[in-house]
Amino acid sequence: MALVGVLALQGSFNEHIAALRRLGVKGVEIRKPEQLHNVASLIIPGGESTTMAKLAEYHNLFPALRDFVKMGKPVWGTCAGLIFLANNATGQKTGGQELVGGLDCTVHRNFFGSQIQSFEAEIPAPELSSKVGGPETFRGVFIRAPAILEVGPEVQVLADYPARSNKDLDANSAVEDQEGKTGSEDRVIIAVRQGNLLGTAFHPELTADTRWHSYFLKMIGEVGEGSSSSVVAVGADSNLNQPRIDLPVFQ
Amino acid sequence: MADTGVVTVYGNGAIYETAKKSPFSVKVGLAQMLRGGVIMDVVNAEQARVAEEAGACAVMALERVPADIRAQGGVARMSDPQLIKEIKQAVTIPVMAKARIGHFVEAQILEAIGIDYVDESEVLTVADEENHINKHNFRIPFVCGCRNLGEALRRIREGAAMIRTKGEAGTGNVIEAVRHVRSVMGDIRVLRNMDDDEVFSFAKKIAAPYDLVMQTKQLGRLPVVQFAAGGVATPADAALMMQLGCDGVFVGSGVFKSGDPARRARAIVQAVTHYSDPDVLADVSCGLGEAMVGINLNDEKVERYANRSE
Repeated sequence: MALVGVLALQGSFNEHIAALRRLGVKGVEIRKPEQLHNVASLIIPGGESTTMAKLAEYHNLFPALRDFVKMGKPVWGTCAGLIFLANNATGQKTGGQELVGGLDCTVHRNFFGSQIQSFEAEIPAPELSSKVGGPETFRGVFIRAPAILEVGPEVQVLADYPARSNKDLDANSAVEDQEGKTGSEDRVIIAVRQGNLLGTAFHPELTADTRWHSYFLKMIGEVGEGSSSSVVAVGADSNLNQPRIDLPVFQ
Repeated sequence: MADTGVVTVYGNGAIYETAKKSPFSVKVGLAQMLRGGVIMDVVNAEQARVAEEAGACAVMALERVPADIRAQGGVARMSDPQLIKEIKQAVTIPVMAKARIGHFVEAQILEAIGIDYVDESEVLTVADEENHINKHNFRIPFVCGCRNLGEALRRIREGAAMIRTKGEAGTGNVIEAVRHVRSVMGDIRVLRNMDDDEVFSFAKKIAAPYDLVMQTKQLGRLPVVQFAAGGVATPADAALMMQLGCDGVFVGSGVFKSGDPARRARAIVQAVTHYSDPDVLADVSCGLGEAMVGINLNDEKVERYANRSE
């Protein structure tokens, strides 16, 4: 059975582990650099990206995470995790924040605005349904979500969403001005894949639909065909307590 | 429920959604993004920046921290919206603000200025002794305090998307927060082992809606995110609350009433992430300077904020 690492600094890591459990896969919490050696793939969950960046910095996780990405191991970032994986992020806090990078795109933090502009929507994703089946749309939950403004040539766009006129909303702390970039089209990108990196601006871990997790597990499987090292037997189990009971998910 | 129609079920349908524009999933969703994090009370933009730099996952914008409200007395109200706006401008993390219990117009104002979460808080003077705000009427999510399971489920029925213990704010004394979280968790453990036939009478006893009690029994936890609050002053306090089963921690006066706020804030953030790792806890607890003053709660002159509402 494959072991999937979930970065457990802050945010919705429990939800990701619960989603993996529903698919019969064990997720392990990763809090320290050395724990990354035990896993062949990683999910960076949603949460507050500045908080997660600070905690990663305190425990010197960034070099280890960058190596992990460079080695071509599958990594999936949701929401804050997407920001982590992006090469560029705009709308950051004063002084900026450290990123892992690797995904050739520009992400705008809090693109859709504050909590009151958070929303959910049915979004079509042909790539998802062709790979793992199910209906042609999925339920995307966007919580103070980022959006991808620009992607490089190697990046495959999996889903997009009509952008709202939010120019006035992000006027506060955005140092960079991206009007020229969004002006050309009215849709923003919300899910991308580049090689073994997957990035989603929404939170599949908050819904009962586990297809995005299946999709990521398929990506891990594809890597496994090339080299046998990616499938890790369940080894030293670092479970400290009994598994925590988790919140309900939305049907 | 209402004519607006039930859009989606949450779990087994115990929580209803009435607001079309902001479904309950989105309200709970933000709370879920805050899990494993620390929410800090700040009184100005500068403190908000310190909190953000330390790794707080959200800030609570206030005019006075609870310790000062306690010291100065008088009526404590919602903060000046101008101040909240300034704090919101200064940081990119979510900003919360407090409204008085039952004062739904304060909540409307807070919704209008676009903050991320409203805390209907017993720390402010109560505006309505009988009724809490009907939180289903708002698009903005609410967090409410509780002392026991019944109180938590009553607040969830009123539409709260996040629950915190009441503790005893502004005292730097964690005893009440421990009591409240123990009470909630203990009741849930009792409930889990209870025969289904006994749940009706249990629901009546704790004065909570039967369907929510049943949902809690099935889940084995509160159906929303549960944070600790009220008296957390050290990294050890924060880790204690996490080990007792909370999803995260509010720190009120504990940070900015201490000797070295930036350092203490950082230590508490790390303690919450590594709550079950005593080595890290020992490491971050070293040399933090003076903690906030503690108030002994055996003193009868100390007003109990937690008892202000049911």
